[in-house]
Amino acid sequence: MTTRTAPITGELLRLKEEIHQYALDYGLDFYPVVFEVCDYDTINILAAQGGFPSRYPHWRFGMEYDQLSKSYAYGLQKIYEMVINTDPCYAYLLKANHMVDQKIVMAHVYGHADFFKNNMWFKSTDRAMMDVMANHGTKVRRYMERYGQDKVEEFIDRVLSLENLLDINVLFETPEVQRSRQSKEAQFKEQFFHDDDDDDRSSHLKSFMRSKLFNPVTKEEKPELDDAPVVKPKPSYISPRDIMMYLIEHAPLKEWQADILGILREEAYYFLPQRMTKIMNEGWASYWHSTIMTKNALKSSEIIEFSDKHAGVMAMSRKQINPYKIGIEMMRDVEYRWDTGKFGKEYNECTDMHARENWNTGAGLGREKIFEVRRSHNDVTFIDEYFTPEFCERMQLFTYKYNARTGRFEIDTRDFEAIKAKLLMSLTNFGQPVIEVESGNFANRGELHLVHQHQGVDLDMGYASDTLRNIQAIWSRPVNLTTIQEGKEVTFVHDGKEMKPLK
Amino acid sequence: MDHPIKRDHQRFRNIVKGKIRDNLRKYVSNGEMPLPKGDGSYKIPMPSIETPRFKFGDQSQGGTGQGDGQQGDPVDGQEGEGQPGQGEAGEGEGNKELEVELSLEELASILGEELELPNIEPKGKKTMQSTTDKYSSIGTVGPDSLKHFKRSYKEALKRQVAMGNYDPSNPIIIPIKSDMRFRSSTQKVEFENSAVVIYMMDVSGSMGDEQKEIVRTESFWINLWLKSQYKDIEIRYIIHDATAKEVDENTFFRTRESGGTLISSAFKLCREIIQADYNPAEWNIYPFHFSDGDNWSTDDTKLCLDILENDILPASNVFCYGQVESRYGSGQFYKDLVGHYKEDHDKVILSKIKNKEAILDSIKDFLGRGK
Repeated sequence: MTTRTAPITGELLRLKEEIHQYALDYGLDFYPVVFEVCDYDTINILAAQGGFPSRYPHWRFGMEYDQLSKSYAYGLQKIYEMVINTDPCYAYLLKANHMVDQKIVMAHVYGHADFFKNNMWFKSTDRAMMDVMANHGTKVRRYMERYGQDKVEEFIDRVLSLENLLDINVLFETPEVQRSRQSKEAQFKEQFFHDDDDDDRSSHLKSFMRSKLFNPVTKEEKPELDDAPVVKPKPSYISPRDIMMYLIEHAPLKEWQADILGILREEAYYFLPQRMTKIMNEGWASYWHSTIMTKNALKSSEIIEFSDKHAGVMAMSRKQINPYKIGIEMMRDVEYRWDTGKFGKEYNECTDMHARENWNTGAGLGREKIFEVRRSHNDVTFIDEYFTPEFCERMQLFTYKYNARTGRFEIDTRDFEAIKAKLLMSLTNFGQPVIEVESGNFANRGELHLVHQHQGVDLDMGYASDTLRNIQAIWSRPVNLTTIQEGKEVTFVHDGKEMKPLK
Repeated sequence: MDHPIKRDHQRFRNIVKGKIRDNLRKYVSNGEMPLPKGDGSYKIPMPSIETPRFKFGDQSQGGTGQGDGQQGDPVDGQEGEGQPGQGEAGEGEGNKELEVELSLEELASILGEELELPNIEPKGKKTMQSTTDKYSSIGTVGPDSLKHFKRSYKEALKRQVAMGNYDPSNPIIIPIKSDMRFRSSTQKVEFENSAVVIYMMDVSGSMGDEQKEIVRTESFWINLWLKSQYKDIEIRYIIHDATAKEVDENTFFRTRESGGTLISSAFKLCREIIQADYNPAEWNIYPFHFSDGDNWSTDDTKLCLDILENDILPASNVFCYGQVESRYGSGQFYKDLVGHYKEDHDKVILSKIKNKEAILDSIKDFLGRGK
């Protein structure tokens, strides 16, 4: 990679220093940002790999790369910038960008860097992820050499099937929870482990080793299903939603399998905060590129180009909301409300529309407020707390749904409550269904039992069936799923061959 | 060394093509083959593999959007364009189909790339004369649009200096008519390989609209590819039921005849066309025959095989037979051809086209040999 990216020099370096200073003056707080320039192919590669120069070998990155390259080649899409959440924070600029673009991107990147460092959902992310990812790559490559590429890749494919079954609370353990979890873990280790002598192994690997000791099934040849020992329910300190961890601890995995599961879990949790704060993160970064550019960095000759680029990023779509647009507008709205004092009991209880509209106590708390917001919220709480009817109307939001009679999507309503509910619904649990492990010994047969916490929308059973097949392959005993279909509670069981309703 | 992602990329391509990891096949979507839509834009195929995950069903749940409109107004308009500009990678899911405007050459190169088609090695001498105009010299007459400003200016400058009315402190040059210079062309004669495609289609009662649509799409792509390989190409169309006739392109795709099927009638006409107009020593000849595999009688099939064996095959580069599946067709002709030529005959390429999705594979069958 060293030859593919280069540190910035000359004019860019001068610009960087200028914008860096503006960012500091506004009170943004970030880890050092390292800017590098690269060509479009390199930025496509980086983007395909989630921003990292080195990942484990897998076709999914090839697929992303394929699609990005094609979109770029046909002039449909262009990535201006990549920034990753590490310390120091790496940001990549596209060599071919205009100077104005580079300025926007730099200001934008400082916004992201500040968000990464200060938003509480990012608190537990590993800032040395660049190295961790590279190590993961090395490990997976080694497993592939030893066990065969197809075999390892197939296992990865299966695990990727549950990559979205994460517990957001794992990101945000309070110190007490963490301590109690650690002490329980320690107790466990004392009970089952006496070997602390193999310290040359990474702690990572060691923690996954346990699964092997728990389950004596993992000898080379697979035992007949009938002989498989029933997995005993164990006191679990694992969150029922942290399904990958549950499998690491309880499924009969080989050492390399447990390790890979751990690797993928770690990476999934690393990216989770970004999935949970898309609107806020982009809104915050856009707010700052807009502020820094229009107030400080922009030359008068660059205004048209800046406006054009900015408008392009903010473009609204009738079919989905643009997180950049909603994000920046909500940040500005919060700033405005707290500047004019449009908050609190008195304002909320005021029923005089005229008075409300012209409300201005001169509070001037806006800037301070949005810094607080960026520290303590994620998209769900952000929308829940600061999404107002006035804002909703100004943004011309609506919900739409499919009309079977006309065969098209139609505007359903512009009702504030309905829109807010729909937005929150699509953001809850980062837009993924909530699946919990109920038991590892369902019906006393050592079967896995998963429960879908139904929140109004049914699962796609076609996908569910294939997902269950993949989980079954990891668990090695039948896997059950309880969910609600068309208002009725149903349980399906997948035995590795097919999924059927449980009688 | 190249970046390791190129290996991931290659692996992905191989999975999509079904060469490795057969168990992923059901999750592969090839992306639709771009169809001409008449407005110059095409969909670029974007193959992808979808990992199964728990996800919400019911596409009708809709979503949230922004913009004008009353309740009940359609939200459509342009979809799937995504947001331009900045973004973190990898999180967006959505419609990966791309619609772009492309020239036919670009389209042909995509086709070649997607299907890994080899370039065709033409046979025969380069006999087709084609003249091209090359603007390689300068003349004193010509239309204004070909005026060579620099040369004209220089002429005027020379003239003024020679006449002594050039003033270096006030260098105004005024060209007059005799100063003007124009780009002029010389004709060049080039010899090209010549090719002819002869399409034969069964239009008997059993070939429905769907079958014709398949033939139409397939021949569009075959033409596209052959045109990218040969500079000048002639295309002849034959339709047949119990009798055959030569028609123009429009008729070829639109007619719906009915009645019985005598494939030999088309083969006879094809033979006549070749003998009358195309000397096999000079032409690359590509006869394509599409039908649903029904023929009137085994005698007629025998006659077909005779014509094919003795007249058409020796003259052609390859003979391609595409069998479109239809509700009424028996598919017998394919079996007869297989019985006679086997599936890997050097000059006879057979392909079954089950449905629209199979068009790509079939094109690859036909053109994948580079003949």
